[in-house]
Amino acid sequence: MTDMINATINGVPVEVAPGTTILDAARKVHVKIPTLCKHPDLEATGACGICIVKVQNTGKMLRSCCTPLDEGMDILTETPEIVEVRRGVLELTLSRHPNECLTCLRNQNCELQALAADFGMTTSDLPNIVPDLPLDTSTKSIVLDPRKCILCGRCITVCQQHQNVWALSFLNRGFKTRIAAAGDIPLADSPCVRCGQCSAHCPTGAIVEYDETVAVWNKLQDPEAYCVVQIAPAVRVAVGEAFGFPIGANLTGKIYASLRRMGFKAVFDTNFGADLTIMEEASEFKSRLLEGTGVLPLITSCCPGWVDFMEKFHGDMIDHFSSCKSPHEMVGALSKTYYAEKMGIDPAKIFVVSIMPCTAKKSEIIRSKEMSSSGYQDVDVSLTTREFARMIKQSGIDFVTIPDEQPDHMLGAYTGAGTIFGATGGVMEAALRTAHYYVTGHDAPRVDFEMTRGLEGVKEGKLNVAGKEIRVAVAHGLANVEQVLEKVRAAREAGEELPYHFIEVMACAGGCVGGGGQPYGATNELRTKRAAGLYQEDQAGLWRCSHHNPYIKELYSEFLGEIGGHKAHDLLHTGYQVLPEYKR
Amino acid sequence: MKPEELEVKAAAELAKQQAMDVRLVCCSSTGCQSSGAADIVARIKADITERGLAGKVQVGGTGCMGLCSKGPLVRMTCKGHEDVLFSEMTPDLATRLVDEVVAPVANGEEIHDPVGPLGAHVVDLHAAFFAMQERVVLSNNGHADPEKLADYLVHGGYQGLRKALTMSAEEICQEVLASGLRGRGGAGYPTGLKWDFARRMQSDVKYVICNGDEGDPGAFMDRSVLEGDPHAVLEGMMIAARAMNATNGVFYIRAEYPLAVDRIEKAIRQARQAGLVGRNILNSGWSFDFDVRLGAGAFVCGEETALIASVEGKRGTPRPRPPFPSVKGLWDKPSCVNNVETLANVPRILLNGAEWFAAKGTEKSKGTKVFALTGKIAHNGLVEVPMGITIREIVETIGGGTGTDRKVKGVQTGGPSGGMIPESQFDTPISYEHLQQLGSMMGSGGLIVIDDHDSVVELARFYLDFCVDESCGKCAPCRIGGTQMLHLLDKIVAGDGTEEDIANIRMIAQAMQKGSLCALGQTAPNPVLSALKHFPSEFTERLKQPAAAEA
Repeated sequence: MTDMINATINGVPVEVAPGTTILDAARKVHVKIPTLCKHPDLEATGACGICIVKVQNTGKMLRSCCTPLDEGMDILTETPEIVEVRRGVLELTLSRHPNECLTCLRNQNCELQALAADFGMTTSDLPNIVPDLPLDTSTKSIVLDPRKCILCGRCITVCQQHQNVWALSFLNRGFKTRIAAAGDIPLADSPCVRCGQCSAHCPTGAIVEYDETVAVWNKLQDPEAYCVVQIAPAVRVAVGEAFGFPIGANLTGKIYASLRRMGFKAVFDTNFGADLTIMEEASEFKSRLLEGTGVLPLITSCCPGWVDFMEKFHGDMIDHFSSCKSPHEMVGALSKTYYAEKMGIDPAKIFVVSIMPCTAKKSEIIRSKEMSSSGYQDVDVSLTTREFARMIKQSGIDFVTIPDEQPDHMLGAYTGAGTIFGATGGVMEAALRTAHYYVTGHDAPRVDFEMTRGLEGVKEGKLNVAGKEIRVAVAHGLANVEQVLEKVRAAREAGEELPYHFIEVMACAGGCVGGGGQPYGATNELRTKRAAGLYQEDQAGLWRCSHHNPYIKELYSEFLGEIGGHKAHDLLHTGYQVLPEYKR
Repeated sequence: MKPEELEVKAAAELAKQQAMDVRLVCCSSTGCQSSGAADIVARIKADITERGLAGKVQVGGTGCMGLCSKGPLVRMTCKGHEDVLFSEMTPDLATRLVDEVVAPVANGEEIHDPVGPLGAHVVDLHAAFFAMQERVVLSNNGHADPEKLADYLVHGGYQGLRKALTMSAEEICQEVLASGLRGRGGAGYPTGLKWDFARRMQSDVKYVICNGDEGDPGAFMDRSVLEGDPHAVLEGMMIAARAMNATNGVFYIRAEYPLAVDRIEKAIRQARQAGLVGRNILNSGWSFDFDVRLGAGAFVCGEETALIASVEGKRGTPRPRPPFPSVKGLWDKPSCVNNVETLANVPRILLNGAEWFAAKGTEKSKGTKVFALTGKIAHNGLVEVPMGITIREIVETIGGGTGTDRKVKGVQTGGPSGGMIPESQFDTPISYEHLQQLGSMMGSGGLIVIDDHDSVVELARFYLDFCVDESCGKCAPCRIGGTQMLHLLDKIVAGDGTEEDIANIRMIAQAMQKGSLCALGQTAPNPVLSALKHFPSEFTERLKQPAAAEA
């Protein structure tokens, strides 16, 4: 064991493991050092200069976020000198930030605003010197406002290091430094996969979701429109954070109730679509595995950020992709066909809103002609959890006290398998439950496949199904995908047995619970708690396998016909194309 | 090559040089080149050939001789006479020199006046400008041709390395530590200590990096050393490599220094060919080689972590230290970044011993320092002086004062990171500590003189403008602080400033000095603060409403 580091912070002795930063060490002795550019989820860059502390021994001012505590250090964190410097740095930062808090999406949810409040910044002698820089709304998923950017670099770290996308970069230098797509092209023309992790990590309003709440409100007011809505698995365990609920609290019933009060005529659940995805995808897996109808490993396709990433950077993997649409697209298509037909509503009047933990879903709904399989655009608007929380606040609904309601069961009843789609490994686990049934004709004695759970970047596991070893891999956070795919390629080139039969990929760390459209502040601790909310629901549910969902059975018998059949193919499946090579 | 061959080659070259009746060397550094040095050399060569004197007269180039404002300079070594230095030469003057001095001497004619018709162009080599200098780093300038390895060998070249090859890494570190050599890039960290940190790191790969990213306005010390004595820097780097068991050498030189790059590349090729670089150096079994990387000219890339990022092909922005490069440097391997002048000192220290070096300078600042003298000074150019010499001696005695009827007002040392030193403080000796006490710094050696017609406020504004322009933009205090402070200075320069603006300048300065990530931001306010300290009235005089007299 390595020797522990002993030092003092504000005179209080502290003992930490070598490598612990001064910032973390200070927390241990209940000292809070203010930070701005540091995000607990990301490696420190030391950009902002707010977290400086003084090392008494040397007289040096150091950044506590990125300086490891050293043996014998005598650290001061709150002297008049330090506070003065921090105030000076903050005043400078505010002087290059527009005073638009009242009309900013991050109002009351902004780290810079909070810091200014903590410091009691009232007046400034410095002129406001915000350069006139244009917004980039080109992706229609996320919006870049370089005027509000404090150049903390979080978005770039997450885009380059965690997602390996390299869409965002610093351009220019000095005072002219700004964030933009590398090469100063519109973000939509960049390798950006719209995962929105940049927006989820941004401390200010410099990168936000493309807000479409107004469009939804307008439709809800339109007497001609028949608005229906669906919520994704991960939304139910995250939206409560905006209302003071404990992290991971499952608020499905309150969400349904609120949506009805907002004026949605039918409230569906994407979990139903998730069950349906499993029916199709597990069937696809079974036939590839047993009948050789396609190549293995089969790779999941329900994450639009991942689909975009694959099309841009891993085009050679197209044949491995499941042709299944993502769950909300399935629900969208069925809303305007099955539901419309059964309820006798003109599908042209149906307006489908998806509430998703995701910014990429905003682009997915228009990604190809298959997204209009009903004859209309299957999903009309996709909102993020953050937009949804704002809508609740705008609606006059007391979300905290509103009693639970049920969904419209036709496209709303779901199993635990559908619920766990929201956590990394959940799709794999759900698919294995049903694939086991398809291959063996009976359910697995235990339907919990723990090997797929947790926050390890790449999870691997083996499962014996009818004497056959099934090898699976689960990756989340796009940078983690590369090693999995490399393994597949290496085996393919060497003519060796494939390392995996089935791979699940989610673009965002933690899966959808950590999605780019979720409430701010995601850390692994928080992702774990949100996921726990989903696993609890799965555990407690009546049905835990998608093929047990009676409404799914009804859907096939009444409308779709065969699993993987003609109609299912037209409405529930899609195709992919290799996009031109993107340079990183 | 075997170690003994160094002497053989040197002796052969020396014999060849001594066999010549006349030797003419023309400065081949950027300054003189840009005022036509190449034409002069070409003309002399043609004249010599035409007159059939090729075997008796040697013509070549040499490193910067210092009096840059009077270039191109030609130094003549003539049998039986003292060396003569000619200034402001032209090809036609060169022809006259050949016809009236060189040819007669080469033809065995007795001449009494080697200066001949060029009397007006002769520079007195005994004058204070030369006499008060002490040349260690620049010792080969004016004597050796930087493009000829053999010339370097004549002057003891690679003997330091030869000695180092017989020593352990620890011994080399100790020797350099004992010499008292400190980093000449400006910060003044003890070189031996820096090497020893890198030496203690266990790693299969280690890098020694030469920082040739000199970027202070008006500074050209490192350029002159790279151009004038490239092999000395190479040799210094190899000794550094031996001292820390480094495996690779990287030169980082700004692309605006094409001649320096060319000379270094040429030197590496020559040394490789001679077995001084590459595999089995001097038959020792030790192998080492170099890479040359060009910087795009960002000032901040002189900061070691930004430099490393730039070598790696990333944006040239600094990162927090620790970890220091000696722990995690280029490609995450232990690395040591040394300044050009620091490295050029090293072969001499190894060759002559630590005591020889430590005998020069002050108690804590040993050796010599090269300065680039510019601004309102008679003798614009490059000088090397022992540490401890006073500013007055440099500016007034060596530099010759303003050279006009105006008075010297002060001098800016340390470039944009340094500060203004008023004439009243000129009796301060040059050392890292003394300059810091005055609110300036040693810096890399730029020395800009201003006279009583120059505005300190405007000069401070100029330097700040430079730093604002060169800020990488990574950290808020430097990026925004510099810009805001510049706005305030603009206001004051325009006559619209107030006392409050000066208070705000001080507030911003504190945030920048203590909150910036790297030395660029931490030191950028220095010129302004030192100007405020030493010349407060120049600021108050320019304010909108003259402040009431201070109590």
